[in-house]
Amino acid sequence: MSDITKLTVSEILKALKTKEFTSYELTEAYLRNMENNRNYNAYITENAEIALQQAKESDIRYAKGENRALEGIPLGIKDLFCTKNIRTTAASHILDNFIPPYESTVTQNLLDDGAVFLGKLNLDEFAMGGSNETSYFGPVINPWSKDKPLVPGGSSGGSAAAVAAHLCAAATGTDTGGSIREPAAFCGITGIKPTYGRCSRYGIVAFASSLDQAGPIAQDVRDCAILLKSMAGFDEKDSTSCEVAVPDYESFLDGDIKGLKIGLPKEYRPDGLNSEIAAYWDKAAEYLKARGAEVKWISLPHTKYALATYYVLAPAEASSNLARYDGIRYGFRADGQHLDDLYINTRTQGFGSEVKRRIMIGTYVLSAGYYDAYFLKAQKMRRLIHDDFMNAFKECDVILTPTSPITAFPIGDESMLENPINMYLNDVFTVSVNLAGLPALSLPIGLSAGGLPYGMQLIGKPFDEGTLFNVAAKIEADAKFERI
Amino acid sequence: MAIDNQTVRKIAFLSRLKVEDDKIEPTKEEFNKILHWIEELNEVNTDKVEPLISVNNVTLKMRKDEVTSGNCKDEVLKNAPAAEYDYFAVPKVVE
Repeated sequence: MSDITKLTVSEILKALKTKEFTSYELTEAYLRNMENNRNYNAYITENAEIALQQAKESDIRYAKGENRALEGIPLGIKDLFCTKNIRTTAASHILDNFIPPYESTVTQNLLDDGAVFLGKLNLDEFAMGGSNETSYFGPVINPWSKDKPLVPGGSSGGSAAAVAAHLCAAATGTDTGGSIREPAAFCGITGIKPTYGRCSRYGIVAFASSLDQAGPIAQDVRDCAILLKSMAGFDEKDSTSCEVAVPDYESFLDGDIKGLKIGLPKEYRPDGLNSEIAAYWDKAAEYLKARGAEVKWISLPHTKYALATYYVLAPAEASSNLARYDGIRYGFRADGQHLDDLYINTRTQGFGSEVKRRIMIGTYVLSAGYYDAYFLKAQKMRRLIHDDFMNAFKECDVILTPTSPITAFPIGDESMLENPINMYLNDVFTVSVNLAGLPALSLPIGLSAGGLPYGMQLIGKPFDEGTLFNVAAKIEADAKFERI
Repeated sequence: MAIDNQTVRKIAFLSRLKVEDDKIEPTKEEFNKILHWIEELNEVNTDKVEPLISVNNVTLKMRKDEVTSGNCKDEVLKNAPAAEYDYFAVPKVVE
């Protein structure tokens, strides 16, 4: 038998059903890969014992014919999802000893479908970052790295690296401004951020609550469809989760795209856009045209303002959400003479520099005298950006764009560290989607001259993930991208 | 709207974070860079635009006013850095 850890989730499910190998054998194989590849730093916590126990139970289910949708599939979980009795850190010192007494809804859904959890995956601290370099547990290395270590993208960098390097069959991620799609693009794999409200946020460590969404990161489009089906669904524990039926996403993969209208936003094609990604973008559009889709240029006029809008709203919400880390009820505590000293010492020592930067920016834009000028202004801009998409969807069914203007860059890149805005600019194609609450998928399209993956992004109408899977499956079939 | 050193100290305190004296100046410069960048939003007239607070227009549901969980004192205190007599413990706050 060739390397079973290179199989996709759909292939593994078939093999487990026909008893080609057991979930226990598969889980052991992944645990060996994890042990042999700790240099990637993809996992913060490994759960060998629990995983093997879960796999054993799955094998019993298969023997009895009681197997569920994801029975025996070994997954990695972004360490932003609370997992009952398993340490959950958000990659922060302030939570590095936190053991949740409860399970997030998304991970509970996966467990209820029979998944095996191999461990908790590295990320940017509190999911704030685009390179996974802000983790308290150190950076993750992109498995595509050649002579020097490259970033895997962020914030779900551990998830993307682990899937690309076969340290799990698939993984969970979260996406506030591109945190599923950018790392998926940088690591040559597929990820989807569903519509806001599609997956419950209950038990996910909050960053910016009006933007955060969970989604899968996996080797191909079909695996994302299988995983999202399991993760999604209404949850009364999250008041923003939507009571909308979850379709069988796999059934969309074989659909045809004749007559489907594909929009290309002209604002995503500035003169300076790197010629390699521009060429891949044209190629992806050609693939769809050849299959009978109608490709047309559209306009999203307020695109230019999306990043600045995002970098007001996300820090504002973060500063409010992260006020809960006070050193009193859980997490790290530093001593202090008085209560305020205790708060200040705890938070100053417990948070890393990017998190502190965002808390302070967020506090400023929400403070008396500046609220209208910054926060309210950004909420109004958010309306305009949202309405741009709604108008565009009167003319097209799906929007096609690059995921990121660049490929993975070296860890410790000086231009990124010198000015935080340079790092923020990498999110230029992804943040608008979160502001508008739309579903968007990233899949690999091809390699740069330097041999690094580029990703293409498909953006859909609210709750129309099915069409994204349909179109993505066509691009995937034509691009024939070779994963590691 | 450029901010000064005094504002940096004030925001730091509101955030319950300490910025060391030698970091005040660089923090101010970095914030001013970010705020200057954000101010490009002022190019757009939004006088007649309603703010967008949430993308889903669901009306929040009512639920029965009943206890759904409880009696889990040990679980609640399990992660506390300091707990005494079944309470969270903090430094003395009343003289």
